[in-house]
Amino acid sequence: MTLILGSIDITLIAVTLAKIVGLTFLMILPSVAYSVMIERRLSAIIQDRVGPNRVGIPLTLLGFKKDFHLWGLFQPMADGLKFLLKEDFTPKNVNTFYYWLAPALTLVPALLTCAVVPFGSELDLSFLGLAQPVKAVIADLSVGPLYTFAIASLGVYGIVIAGWSSNSKYPFLGGVRASSQMISYELSLGLSIIPVLMIFGELNLGKISALQDAHGWLLLPLWGDSAPWSNGGNFSRWALFIPLMISFVIFVISMFAETNRLPFDMAECETELVAGYHTEYSSMKFALFFMGEYAAMIIGSGLAVTLFLGGWSIPFAPLLSQLTGLQFHFEAGHTPLWLGLAHIVTFASKVLAFILFFVIIRWSLPRFRYDQLMKLGWLVMFEVALLNVILTAVLMWAFPLN
Amino acid sequence: MATIVVQRPKLKWHEKLFISTLFKGLKITVGHAVRNIRSVLGGGQNGVTMQYPEQKWDESLPEWYRGAPALVTDEHGRERCVSCQLCEFICPPKAIKIIPGEIPSDDPWAKVEKRPKEFEIDMIRCIYCGMCEEVCPEQAIYLRKDYAITGESRAEMVHDKAKLYEIGGVRVGLVNKWNELK
Repeated sequence: MTLILGSIDITLIAVTLAKIVGLTFLMILPSVAYSVMIERRLSAIIQDRVGPNRVGIPLTLLGFKKDFHLWGLFQPMADGLKFLLKEDFTPKNVNTFYYWLAPALTLVPALLTCAVVPFGSELDLSFLGLAQPVKAVIADLSVGPLYTFAIASLGVYGIVIAGWSSNSKYPFLGGVRASSQMISYELSLGLSIIPVLMIFGELNLGKISALQDAHGWLLLPLWGDSAPWSNGGNFSRWALFIPLMISFVIFVISMFAETNRLPFDMAECETELVAGYHTEYSSMKFALFFMGEYAAMIIGSGLAVTLFLGGWSIPFAPLLSQLTGLQFHFEAGHTPLWLGLAHIVTFASKVLAFILFFVIIRWSLPRFRYDQLMKLGWLVMFEVALLNVILTAVLMWAFPLN
Repeated sequence: MATIVVQRPKLKWHEKLFISTLFKGLKITVGHAVRNIRSVLGGGQNGVTMQYPEQKWDESLPEWYRGAPALVTDEHGRERCVSCQLCEFICPPKAIKIIPGEIPSDDPWAKVEKRPKEFEIDMIRCIYCGMCEEVCPEQAIYLRKDYAITGESRAEMVHDKAKLYEIGGVRVGLVNKWNELK
């Protein structure tokens, strides 16, 4: 017994727990709340409105003269509080067990996928007495993207079950649409990252990020081994830029479809299906669907950033290191704490940029018709993704990497 | 039977694949966003929305604005209302309640004979239609420009006679309610 207890690495457990709590509760969930805020404010700016700009610190409640409005930055807290305090209504004719299960089945897979996304390089916590630097990823799996896709596609169960158990026409149609859409776009999503995996020969997202840090991002091959002027005139990475760009576009479009975002939000399109699969839901159960959608969006952005845009890597890091003398590039085991934190900030800002892109696209494009969506998925995206894999293979054969 | 054949626009391949249309949409939305952000940074505002309690439109209210109905006095301080109760009868939501009273004979205006003892307008019921103003033969009741009528109870929302005269103020001279001055 003591032997077993002694063999358990308490530090590892503590560090992992800290990472889980830190990532999900201090990074993902607040950023979910604030992406809703960004969505509302940015859509308002696009549509010449003002948006929520009032909720701040209610100083008048404490007897002060004026409230401090803070440009509405406290709106997510008010929204969250509202969701918690609203009546949690279960309609009489629903299948209660599945009705209660569905919201959790939407949020949990979305949050589980964040386990493999490296949100930073390494944190040198030697001042806390940790000899090894802590990797800024919850589970350093060597099958990162596969794990993410496997878990993310479970998210559709939540939607389908919600649609089915609500025992109502609109949610049912929403659930059916969500499942067919998910199946159609899962294919092109999976195929679109195969070129990336072919180039790296690696499925560990942390290592993919590290490679991009040293040798140029996939979509920015301007330093390290990918730039012709520093690798002896090898243009292979520049030739591969074309299939990678196609990959990136397909990945992003499929991600929109996977996360049920406009222009692909067939599952919940207001104009046709009232609110789609969550029509019958209220209060915190509805909020869980909402959080699941936005969490999937954030983690999808994180995955796109990690695969194509260098993850946590600072652009032109090796060149910056040479120019300034400070260390900007990642070196396993020799990354100072400030650089580790800077990597986390870099990752967060890239994800933020992606979310802004998501929001702008949402308010720019009208919704696809259902047959258009299916046509696009099966007749265009799938073929292009498949041909793209072959194109990558040909290009890799014609311009061998050194 | 007349058949109208709607000509669908011929789409080019890039329009069918949503490539050029995507950029067209983005141009509009991002254009609006950039314009609004620049306007805010330049000290302006987002679109045309006014921030209500801070910014008000009071000075631009039109002459014919129909706000809270109120009673007026003439230049001698006499109540114009003679409590004929026409407004009470015409009021569509029955918001007005008048209890007529006699003017005592020692009053300088004893000749007028009647004035309202109580005059109440329930502002929860009032629909600001202006019929009371239209029907009044003595030109004693007018719709003013007050619109922010608030209260914390139903009782507070009932305007009594004192309150009505306070809102209404004085109307000098023979005010013809049909002319430009109202």
